[in-house]
Amino acid sequence: MKKKKRGVEPIYYAGVGIMGVLFFLFHTISFLKGVFYSFTDWKGYGDWNFVGLRNYLQIFKDTDTISAYLFTFKFAIICTILVNIISLILACALNSNIRFKNFVKGVYFLPYMLGSVIVGFIFNFIFANLIPAVGQHLGIDALSTNLLGTTSAIWGIIFVTIWSGCAFNTLIYLSGLQSIDTDVYEAAALDGAKGLRKFTRITFPLLAPSFTINMVLAAKGYLMVYDQIMAMTDGGPGISTTSIAVLIYKKGFGGGQFSYQMANAVVLFIVVVAVSVFQLRVLEKREEKIG
Amino acid sequence: MKKRYNDIITALLLVGAALFILLPLYMTILIAIKDPSDMNQVLSFPKLLRLENFADAWRMTKFPRKFFNTAFITVVNLGFTIITNSFVAYAITRNRKKSKFFGIMYYYFISAMFIPFCVIMLPLVVQANIFHLDNVMGITFLYVIFGLPMNTFIYSGAVKSIPIALDEAAKIDGANPLQIFWSVIFPVLKPTTATVAILSFMWTWNDFTMPLVLLSDETQQTLQLAQYVFKSQFSVNYNLAFASYVMVILPILVIYIFCQKWIMSGVVAGAVK
Repeated sequence: MKKKKRGVEPIYYAGVGIMGVLFFLFHTISFLKGVFYSFTDWKGYGDWNFVGLRNYLQIFKDTDTISAYLFTFKFAIICTILVNIISLILACALNSNIRFKNFVKGVYFLPYMLGSVIVGFIFNFIFANLIPAVGQHLGIDALSTNLLGTTSAIWGIIFVTIWSGCAFNTLIYLSGLQSIDTDVYEAAALDGAKGLRKFTRITFPLLAPSFTINMVLAAKGYLMVYDQIMAMTDGGPGISTTSIAVLIYKKGFGGGQFSYQMANAVVLFIVVVAVSVFQLRVLEKREEKIG
Repeated sequence: MKKRYNDIITALLLVGAALFILLPLYMTILIAIKDPSDMNQVLSFPKLLRLENFADAWRMTKFPRKFFNTAFITVVNLGFTIITNSFVAYAITRNRKKSKFFGIMYYYFISAMFIPFCVIMLPLVVQANIFHLDNVMGITFLYVIFGLPMNTFIYSGAVKSIPIALDEAAKIDGANPLQIFWSVIFPVLKPTTATVAILSFMWTWNDFTMPLVLLSDETQQTLQLAQYVFKSQFSVNYNLAFASYVMVILPILVIYIFCQKWIMSGVVAGAVK
């Protein structure tokens, strides 16, 4: 018997339609406009001409852009790996039968609540004043200067990113760990699995879904790094810590390179999507193999 | 043996937490209440309490105005986001089988999640200028719109798990679609609403990029932007700056202390979906 098809109430069309139109107007049109302008020589004001792919070809010749890409990739790879390793260790530690569990968990998650700009400012002070003072007091040259003013400034930013980034990833790993059935461990203990072997053969494979989420979100976020850099080094010294997002902001608004930086943004978009899709393919295949 | 092992882990975790997370925050509070002449030993306890730092920072950042702007954006966005986004997700999820339109809209919103903000940052400013959205009202409106993809995703997962019999029962009782949604579905969605509320609160209170590119008028700026006042000065008065940071962090901290469990489960629920 064929079921009678019921009509859809108009109010549903109205609600979704209105929000859809507004979303299209401000999000999608902005995006499409940006893509459109990336094929022109518009400066953000005045008239413009089509220039075809010139902006895109320029990306490969421009040393500023190339160095921004190199910085961003270096930063994203180091941060993604370090944040995930540290979070995994923290999550395993927090999952064991420790005392003051809720308090400790609460403290480790605290950085997630604080805006990255203020965190950046606080650590600016630590790098510029506190650490050099301690370094001079102890007579250690390496610590006596402001790290953010040297060629190693990237490590200062990485430190702060890890400081605030681990909170979220640890929480996701922890909830993954808590969903593992204790029976699995008991069975493994009967088979004689212990210590590191237990971790590599049982815990880590069962954490696969959490691992996928964390890797994809971390890589995506760190490829677009912006706030910390603006707060801490402003892209300097020179342009050594200028990420792509920072470059787009600075040159796109202040440098009269609107259309060129728009091309840059489109490339960044493609890179971010490609990296995410690649990670999802690889990691989900891995999940299937384990499951 | 097992117990000693756990004690070692406890000790290590506590030391790590104290050293890496609490020490910088402790230092922030100390500097905020110290006198500028008392900064040689940063981590020592202040010789005298200087609460004028807060008053001076209050004036310098024009705190009341900025606080009002930030609170307005956060609260109004929260209200509108919860009501409109949950209804959109409900309408889409319940009608996807009946009409293609809703299926298309679902994938349209979801696919927009892949567009990072810095990609649309430049053209958005152009678009916002055309529609005069470069103010507190405008940015609040944009937050409601831009949160839609993520929130539709979170809400529709929850709507799917509500049995459709609930809708039908209400319909037989003579409720119209809006009544069904508001008095039957929306209350059931409460845990998901908590997740969405937490995520959008965090986003708008701590956001820096969107206010930076849109709010160039000083009277329209938010607390996060106001902190830049201290960066642009030649000689920074750290005590004032840190007093100001404390005032921005404090509301968040208080909320965190009281709703820690909710916040954590909300963040996990938001990410795992």
